[in-house]
Amino acid sequence: MKMKKFLAAALAVTMVAGLSVGCKSNKSDSSDEGTVYYLSFKPEQAEQWEAIGKEYTKKTGVKVKVQTAASGTYEQTLKSEIAKKDAPTIFQVNGPVGYQNWKDYCADLSDSDLYSWLNDKSMAIEGEDGGVFAVPYAVEGYGVIYNQEIMDKYFALDGAKVESMDDINNFNTLKEVVEDMTEKKDQLGIAGVFSSTSFSPGEDWRWQTHLMNLPIYYEYKDAGVTDEDEITFEYNKEFKNIFDLYLNNSVTEPAMLGSKTVADSMAEFALGKSAMVQNGNWAWGDINGVDGNTVKEDKVKYLPIYTGMDGEEKQGLCVGGENYFCINSEASEADQKASLEFLQWLFGTDEGKDKVTNELGFITPFNTFEDDEKPTDPLAQEVIRYMENKDLTSVSWDFQTFPSQTFKDNLGASLLEYASGNKEWKSVVSDCVADWRTEKEATAE
Amino acid sequence: MQKAYKKYFWIFVLPTLIAFILFFVIPFILGIGLSFCKFTTVTNARWVGLDNYVKAFSNKDFLNALGFTVKFTVVSVITINVIAFIFAYALTRGIKGTNLFRTTFFMPNLIGGIVLGYIWQLMINGVLSGFGATITTDPKYGFWGLVILMNWQQIGYMMIIYIAGIQNIPTELVEAAKIDGATKMQALFKVTIPMLMSSVTICLFLTLTNSFKLFDQNLALTAGAPSKKTAMMALDIFTTFYNRNGWEGVGQAKAVIFFIIVGALALSQLYFTRNKEVEN
Repeated sequence: MKMKKFLAAALAVTMVAGLSVGCKSNKSDSSDEGTVYYLSFKPEQAEQWEAIGKEYTKKTGVKVKVQTAASGTYEQTLKSEIAKKDAPTIFQVNGPVGYQNWKDYCADLSDSDLYSWLNDKSMAIEGEDGGVFAVPYAVEGYGVIYNQEIMDKYFALDGAKVESMDDINNFNTLKEVVEDMTEKKDQLGIAGVFSSTSFSPGEDWRWQTHLMNLPIYYEYKDAGVTDEDEITFEYNKEFKNIFDLYLNNSVTEPAMLGSKTVADSMAEFALGKSAMVQNGNWAWGDINGVDGNTVKEDKVKYLPIYTGMDGEEKQGLCVGGENYFCINSEASEADQKASLEFLQWLFGTDEGKDKVTNELGFITPFNTFEDDEKPTDPLAQEVIRYMENKDLTSVSWDFQTFPSQTFKDNLGASLLEYASGNKEWKSVVSDCVADWRTEKEATAE
Repeated sequence: MQKAYKKYFWIFVLPTLIAFILFFVIPFILGIGLSFCKFTTVTNARWVGLDNYVKAFSNKDFLNALGFTVKFTVVSVITINVIAFIFAYALTRGIKGTNLFRTTFFMPNLIGGIVLGYIWQLMINGVLSGFGATITTDPKYGFWGLVILMNWQQIGYMMIIYIAGIQNIPTELVEAAKIDGATKMQALFKVTIPMLMSSVTICLFLTLTNSFKLFDQNLALTAGAPSKKTAMMALDIFTTFYNRNGWEGVGQAKAVIFFIIVGALALSQLYFTRNKEVEN
């Protein structure tokens, strides 16, 4: 009996102790200094961001919490996190469409240093009644990545169509070369010129978003607009040109593409089974990280995506950003201020900039970065080289104005059905045009 | 003792009741409320009346998903229950290794849905690659893939319930039937199955609701591909909620409709099969 009483007392004491400890730690949380909570979008950089947060805390004493949403679940995670009491103070949107969804939570940044540092102020997202609500922090580029070594092997063959990559500056030449390479693939030791056109569920963004950007870019350009409620998909033939080229000169049979992932494609490229693959500069990690990678660092180069447009000899890579910082306007004043200070430390001080360049590998749009503070990985270097070439015009990322994820998913599904021979190109085009209209209507407000 | 229970039952019920109210009743009521609102997060909702329901019903995807779900449910409820019963019947005959078989058949049930979905996707793609196709080539493949997956996962569980039921049938009844000259088939259909109706009620209820609410397996196996032709209702609700800005409320409205359909189906099924149950 005594034992029981003792136990009960001990339990009660531990409980009370637990409570008081809980209270204490709560108190120190709600200091006047403000805390930072960044909900990060990039799972591949989760550790780097956490380390940066810790370092900042050590320096300034300001608490920084970094959480990373699992791949492809950013919107879900943000939706549930932001409704909590301890909500993210910094989050990100992927462009004007994303901003529409989150505008109730975006604080005005027009007076901030972060905004004033932008090289091109028009890159930031402005509200309908003025004010700046989202600031881009990284510029990325995509195009056709090629393996210089395999290309050199081809150029050395008898009867090669061209002598060097410099001669390939339009779709017709590219097509000639690629088809000739497919014929000689045994001599070149490759399984196909292009890596698999990945169409596994959720793995089709390189086509329904990135490739689709080109016809839409030219359509907007013709009309002189930056967004449209209805499209004609006028350049669908050009889209089909390059898409067919990918399919017909691929490592994989078109019917089998439904089971391929982006990682599969990147692995094929890294292992030297293919000579080209369409992707962005973020893919360097994927290529470099593959076991048995045969691609040399100085032999990875970029080619713009040629589709057969007039004057495409002057076309550069597709350069833009899908990463914009927003400060949560519902967070307390102190938290908002601390968050902005954190970002300005990161992008404005030598210490922070070093981390951005060397650990995160971002090409930033800020004028605080000098030439020698730019990332050194080969693909990022290539993107910078193309951007600095004054003869070429970069293609902007107009896919930010695509109506919704549903539109992209539907287009991806359509393209897969076309690839496996179950859908006419005509219906792909008409479905896409109809979908654009209904999705723009559905999400208009 | 009985009296003490009666007096203090509320103390014992309280913890569960609080948890139930906090984590089930309140979110449920909030959810119904949100289906009449336009919102991005649960804290910035704005009342829009029946707008969401109108959108949900005029949405072709939702009706397609309903059709696919009904087709899938009919096929899988029948196959799962028939096969599970055959297994249960066979494994109560005293064959050698009965316990080993029972354990093995039950095991798939211990693996989570997402994992199963990916495993079967690999296997089915592996088989189909011999014919130059993948599971997303034709919605037929996705449909039968799902049926096979669900059968594989659920048969073991239902089998255990049927086995327990069969073992509960008093042996006198079967013996009496034999003495009266009933054939094996007659004994099965006139004695065993009627005596099993309570197990049938449970199994039908479980398979019906599980098939209707199927989500993980659907997401992992095909994610609705090709072109949403293999998307079931739960997956459609999920994609409506997350893949179209401003349609969160419509997703919520679809979820409420979904709840009503599942509830109505399950209750009517319970009512009909309960009527057929016999008292021991």
